[in-house]
Amino acid sequence: MEIDPFIFRLSIFILSIFIGYYVVWSVTPSLHTPLMSVTNAISSVIIVGAIIAALAGNNANVFDTANIYGFLAIFLAAINIFGGFLVTQRMLAMYKKKKKDKK
Amino acid sequence: MISVNLLAIFYLVSGVLFILALRGLSSPETSRQGNLYGIIGMALAIGVTILSVGNFSSGFIYLILFLAIGGSVGAFIAFKIPMTAMPELVAGFHSLVGLAAVFVAISAFLNPVVFNLGNPGDIKIASLIEMSLGVSIGAITFTGSIIAFLKLRGIMSGSPITFPGQHFLNLFLGIALLVLIFYLCKTQIPSIFWTLIAISFLVGILLIIPIGGADMPVVISMLNSYSGWAAAGIGFTLENTALIITGALVGSSGAILSYIMCKGMNRSFFNVILGGWGAADQNISEKSKEQKPVKNGNSDDAAFLMKNASSVIIVPGYGMAVAQAQHALREMVDALKKNGVKVSYAIHPVAGRMPGHMNVLLAEANVPYDEVFELEEINNDFANCDVAYVIGANDVTNPVAKSDPQSPIFGMPVLDVEKSKSVLFVKRSLSPGYAGIDNDLFYRDNTLMLFADAKKMTEDIIKSL
Repeated sequence: MEIDPFIFRLSIFILSIFIGYYVVWSVTPSLHTPLMSVTNAISSVIIVGAIIAALAGNNANVFDTANIYGFLAIFLAAINIFGGFLVTQRMLAMYKKKKKDKK
Repeated sequence: MISVNLLAIFYLVSGVLFILALRGLSSPETSRQGNLYGIIGMALAIGVTILSVGNFSSGFIYLILFLAIGGSVGAFIAFKIPMTAMPELVAGFHSLVGLAAVFVAISAFLNPVVFNLGNPGDIKIASLIEMSLGVSIGAITFTGSIIAFLKLRGIMSGSPITFPGQHFLNLFLGIALLVLIFYLCKTQIPSIFWTLIAISFLVGILLIIPIGGADMPVVISMLNSYSGWAAAGIGFTLENTALIITGALVGSSGAILSYIMCKGMNRSFFNVILGGWGAADQNISEKSKEQKPVKNGNSDDAAFLMKNASSVIIVPGYGMAVAQAQHALREMVDALKKNGVKVSYAIHPVAGRMPGHMNVLLAEANVPYDEVFELEEINNDFANCDVAYVIGANDVTNPVAKSDPQSPIFGMPVLDVEKSKSVLFVKRSLSPGYAGIDNDLFYRDNTLMLFADAKKMTEDIIKSL
């Protein structure tokens, strides 16, 4: 008997929770705000689902009801991806060590 | 265009890149590199998905269009937003993830064929469960984050909104959600799906309104976690490893941050979720409001004390963010350093409105991060320090947390500010902090109160130095 592919996905999920647990505990507290903005940005990988929803399906009508939700989701996720990564970049650029690179 | 297996490998790679992105944050030096990994991972995931669908007709043009418009809006916000507004920005971004998850789930429900989930009205049960969990958590994240955003922005009052039967109503709605999911799986009637979304929206609002302003660090972390679980739910539906890995990472990240924040206040997660401190303890603060003498100082006194000190510890809090005093503070510290004073900063885990809020503001003001310390690192140094400069913090310095078992904040880890030789406390009035209790520190012999706006007082001290 074959194992249901769902079990494999569940395994990936559970192991990723553990990876997340250890990786996040090692994040220095001073970078907790960038951590939130970057996790925000990467959770927008949901755009992958949005792209499939928007593009797959019948080609005759681009804005079919099911597709339009996909496009809306692409728009929202895009705000988040660009906004999230760029604001993280902006914050991280501000963290400097004791006067070496400036003054 | 791309085989299914190759696609899965690419998603795995982008999942690994996301792990590296978080890993990079273990130190400021590696963090920028980490962010780059994250961007590459995202670009890879988007790129291979477009290739795999392989539809380059007119729909593709619209995709690029929506991506470009959304991207420009996001980039514009990212460059314009002031650092003090970071908590509400993050809350706002969470709401977008939540709503995007809802939209993707709706699309999958209306057109399950493209996602390989079966036919409309005959969707695989497992997919339906995953989908309804994803859509429900996504909807709660959406409205919850909107409320958090409004509270942080000050559009909505930060005080807790409570009404009789609130917890009962939430419990009832929670059960209703489970019942709806059950019937949705059984009957697959679209109207149940829509009701599920509507009730989840309502739950999101009800969940956040009873939580007060200073508990926002917990709320933001919690919503961060929810947005992750929503993404994971959708990831299971779409059988997409990148989404599952990311969802798990973000979900556990938010959960850990919530835990750290709760520990910083010595409160249980449920205690925070079930409503504010303020409401129940109001009478305590009324009782203790007898007049006690305080020592009142001005900027000259403060400047004199600090100039002649050998070491000064700065304790910033939310008030510094409100007054935008971080730049003035840095200038003051520079002036002190010229006088040979050793200065460091002490940050309480729940200072500000989100995890790490104070650190970002200090970094913005060009304070080197190796002068900024966490509670455990610096707490013993107060005993050897000449002056503690408390700017915009209150409850996190209250010695009552160590001495009075009756106090609502008893047991909360606090900064041992009172052990330093003298304490300068910048505050607009003697009013109690968020916890609604008097700060014993105000009346100590070694405390000098500086009644003024945090920024103005700091600027005046610079002049007197």
